[in-house]
Amino acid sequence: MGTFDTSQLLAILPQILLVVLALIVLAADLGTPRGKKRSLGIVTAVGLLIVLIVTLAWPETTEPVFGGALRVDGVGKAFQAIFLLSGLLVALISMDFRPLRQDGAYYAMLLFSVLGMSLMAAAEDLVMLYVAIEIAGISAYVLVGYMREDALSAEAGVKYLLFGAFSSTVMVYGLSLLYGIAGGTGYGRVAAVLLQTPFQLAMVAFLLVLVGFGFKVAMVPMHFWGPDTYQGAPTPITAFISVASKAAGFAVLARALHFLFPALNNDWPALLVAISMVTITLGNLLAVPQRNIKRMLAYSSIAQAGYVLIGITAGGVAGITAVIFYLLVYAVTNIGAFSIVSMVASHIDSDDIQDYAALSRRSPALALAMMVALLSLAGVPPSGGFVGKLFLFAAGIKAGLVPLVVVAVLNVIVALYYYLNVVKVMYTVRSEHEEDAIAVPAPSRLVLVLSVTGVLLLGILAAPCYNVMSNWVTGWFS
Amino acid sequence: MMVQLEWYLILAAALFCVGLYGVLVRRNAVAILMGIELMLNAVNINLLAFWRFTEPAAATGQAFAAFVYAVAAAEVAVGLALIVAIYRNRQTVDMDQINLLKW
Repeated sequence: MGTFDTSQLLAILPQILLVVLALIVLAADLGTPRGKKRSLGIVTAVGLLIVLIVTLAWPETTEPVFGGALRVDGVGKAFQAIFLLSGLLVALISMDFRPLRQDGAYYAMLLFSVLGMSLMAAAEDLVMLYVAIEIAGISAYVLVGYMREDALSAEAGVKYLLFGAFSSTVMVYGLSLLYGIAGGTGYGRVAAVLLQTPFQLAMVAFLLVLVGFGFKVAMVPMHFWGPDTYQGAPTPITAFISVASKAAGFAVLARALHFLFPALNNDWPALLVAISMVTITLGNLLAVPQRNIKRMLAYSSIAQAGYVLIGITAGGVAGITAVIFYLLVYAVTNIGAFSIVSMVASHIDSDDIQDYAALSRRSPALALAMMVALLSLAGVPPSGGFVGKLFLFAAGIKAGLVPLVVVAVLNVIVALYYYLNVVKVMYTVRSEHEEDAIAVPAPSRLVLVLSVTGVLLLGILAAPCYNVMSNWVTGWFS
Repeated sequence: MMVQLEWYLILAAALFCVGLYGVLVRRNAVAILMGIELMLNAVNINLLAFWRFTEPAAATGQAFAAFVYAVAAAEVAVGLALIVAIYRNRQTVDMDQINLLKW
């Protein structure tokens, strides 16, 4: 038996702090009178900010800890920062989402989900991977169905749970085969044994595992749950799932492809290229006819996942850095867009695109922020979304994925149509409610400011950000 | 006579397929959840058979199976809670009738 080294605990200090924070929020809930529980959102956001600073300041370790279960390397840290930032912004917009019952359990569940995701980003062991995915997943099921008196939220929760439980079960069946093949659960050991395993067996295990990862990132054909869940979930949670949960899926996918399945290095790229093409095209085409803005953003986020898959498939320092950069931009952008959807829904109780008519006259600032977010999602310069797509496409071309990049570029044009359609409704269509300005409470205002400045800064100062991230990624390839 | 590893794996694969069939065919949300549980049991048979035949000295397989149990229990608890919530709203647990969300 090895002796336990307490310095290993320091490697997961941010995760320990997250658990402590969740317990503090639950305890504070008991002492907070009904009607004041909104302030728990502040506690959550400030706590997450502290954890974010600790995560970024903590030295990265290249050595695995806890018997190889976790490795908090540069890539893991980058992903953890994205999850923590998303959790922080989502906690702030949750405070202003009126249909939601404010209480400590909600914010604690949000924290547990972030905890699960940050473990996913560092997991390097099959058991750890499964447990981390389930911590993130089960908390998210609860959050989606949190407005349980609301028929849509409950329905979204049930559908999300059934799809999620099903796909994670298929995945764990694949993990059990990998364990059987290798006689161990560490990524390094499994990868070494897979090199001598018959191709068919390795491929079957890979496909089973890919089902679970594919559910998380909502790639075709595991995307069916997306639109229903996004539409029915409380809007802040829609933002959370579309950003953090997706990024967590990419974190495990990237790590598994690099450290678990090098045996299939010649085989999986072709598969992912096909999946990426179909995901981008289907997401964009189905987004066009949507009349509900949450549903439209759901299909748009399926398409965005397809773009990120280009970077995953390209691999290498350029590919993985582009993935991280794009997911950061996407987090800031999409949460900004959903914060506006959340404020509008709190005010007029509707998510229909036609009810955004004359938003530029009702609340010019909101309309402007929405336009910035939508143009960044579409990839218009000088936004972060444009630079992010440029990095992804450049990595794709460098890796020889020219047909895929051509399909992606054509799709960017399709996407421009439905994003600009919303802008058109906001700016040119008149409405009889033009005098009725939409309230923007302080926490949401902060999120909006952060989102808009983030989108623009990541676009303008892309090079220094890219260099920092690229330094984190090089550890995987040296 | 010793039962060989293959037989356990075949049993697990069969059980997995029965569960999969249940998930795909049944329309009752509780029955779908039961199908998922069968699939998880197949995973546990796999894990324990592999543990017994490949590395009985280490406890990895047993630990993995214990985690799968714990996760399954949590999943069912949340799942049944959500199904009860939707039953209170709609007086049905038939997935074909739970269809407010579509375009």
